[in-house]
Amino acid sequence: MLCDVCKCNDATVFLTQILEGKMQKVNLCDACSKEKGVQDPTGFALADLLLGIGAAEEIEKGAPTQKCAVCGFSQADFKKTGRLGCSACYVTFAEGLSALLKAMHKGTEHVGKLPGRAQRTMVLNHRMRALTENLQKAVADENYETAASLRDQIKQLESELSNSL
Amino acid sequence: MKFSDVMNTAGEWLRGDGPHHQIVISSRVRLARNLRNRPFPGWAKKAERSSILDLVISRVEALPEMQESFSESLQDLSALDRQVLVERHLISREHAAKGMGSAVMVNRRQTISIMINEEDHLRMQSIRSGLQLKQAFKLVDKIDSALENKLDFAFDPRLGYLTACPTNVGTGMRASAMLHLPGLVLSELINQVIQAVSKIGLAVRGLYGEGTEAMGNLFQISNQTTLGEKEEEIINRLSKVIETIIEKEHDARLMLLQKKPDTVCDQIGRAYGVLTYAHAMASKEALNLLSIIKLGMDLGAFPEDGRLPIDELFIETQPAHLQKSSQQKLNAEERDHLRAQIIRERLKLFPKPDISKMARESGNGSAAQPSNNE
Repeated sequence: MLCDVCKCNDATVFLTQILEGKMQKVNLCDACSKEKGVQDPTGFALADLLLGIGAAEEIEKGAPTQKCAVCGFSQADFKKTGRLGCSACYVTFAEGLSALLKAMHKGTEHVGKLPGRAQRTMVLNHRMRALTENLQKAVADENYETAASLRDQIKQLESELSNSL
Repeated sequence: MKFSDVMNTAGEWLRGDGPHHQIVISSRVRLARNLRNRPFPGWAKKAERSSILDLVISRVEALPEMQESFSESLQDLSALDRQVLVERHLISREHAAKGMGSAVMVNRRQTISIMINEEDHLRMQSIRSGLQLKQAFKLVDKIDSALENKLDFAFDPRLGYLTACPTNVGTGMRASAMLHLPGLVLSELINQVIQAVSKIGLAVRGLYGEGTEAMGNLFQISNQTTLGEKEEEIINRLSKVIETIIEKEHDARLMLLQKKPDTVCDQIGRAYGVLTYAHAMASKEALNLLSIIKLGMDLGAFPEDGRLPIDELFIETQPAHLQKSSQQKLNAEERDHLRAQIIRERLKLFPKPDISKMARESGNGSAAQPSNNE
């Protein structure tokens, strides 16, 4: 059986933890188990187990010592709890979170319900920027079919925007 | 509305008869919402949690849907009362463990429950009988839209609704249905179904959600991901999968009746015998046997007017309900005696299983009837 982290060495440490009533099994090789602090059970990252191996590391990448300016939450706290401190943490730790979210979900952008009017405009503007960027890229690549479809989408969005004002 | 009112009336979903209600016990949709730039409940200090609670609860209480509702702070509910709410699926096990600064609200019909300061500031849930995910979503969506005008929800143009756990970000929606699948369990096809469902990004869980055991052949199936798909798309996908599972369950029951009629009759007869005559019964055994009686009901072995009394037993024989109705704290042994007694009383009025009716009424009209079973 291979190690769940490096996926190249044979696993020699088999860890089973019950967290919130849920059984989690992780198989690690000698080197990775030392690196993850498995020998010291208190130092083992709960975030890793809750959200998959490497989660704590991912978020560390973005902001190793950074704290959320709004709520004072740090990446170490995320490592411990697997939960964030406040909505602003999504901005503070955006870089590390993006890979995590990508692995966790079907897509990377919200396409569902939009909240009230002020925020709706903000969202539509965001979508407009993305479409315009894609259009410029399509034109530069001489990909006219895509460009035409993007132009239609922009038109549609423009009318949505004027309706929402 | 007082706690005793909640206790004394069964939720509408239990009495209701939504589509496919024989197999789909209930449909639930919950939305997670948070206030912008306020610490999530798990990170907030006590005083901050309380101030968030005060702000949110006044807005929720003002909603037309929540008039005359049951509204209580968790610290003012006894451990037993909280457990009753868990057994009714009105609050989560996690919420039951909360105290100061958390609250629960349940509307009169027990179709909506709102948890304040669970893992997120707001967890709004709608529960309906049978397969009615769309209707459940509509109801909770309406409440969300009404609250949106009064509270500043944390929303990011790219990531959608922001939640304490990154697994809920985006729609913040978890849609789930509770399925009764004795046919698939008895014919040992259930693991195949669970594996297939897990592969397409849906989760299968036991009776009380995450990490709980499957008892009484009851399974919860829900969406796993919340980002990158519209609410309606998630619900459509889930509904389609559930419809397929319903078909598979009907097929499995038909096959059992055709190939192993004696086994099915034996199971139903034994369940009836034990439930009618036992004097001590653990909660898990009761659920498993009641599930077989329910199957017998679906197959026509018992008269249809016995359905509600049996369905109610599923809830009434749970540990907290048992203690609440007897108005005393009972140890496990006493509970097992009381549970057996309640079931015996209820089944007194029940006729013996009529095996001759079973073959004829099998299949629920979804497939061809088996001819005479030799």
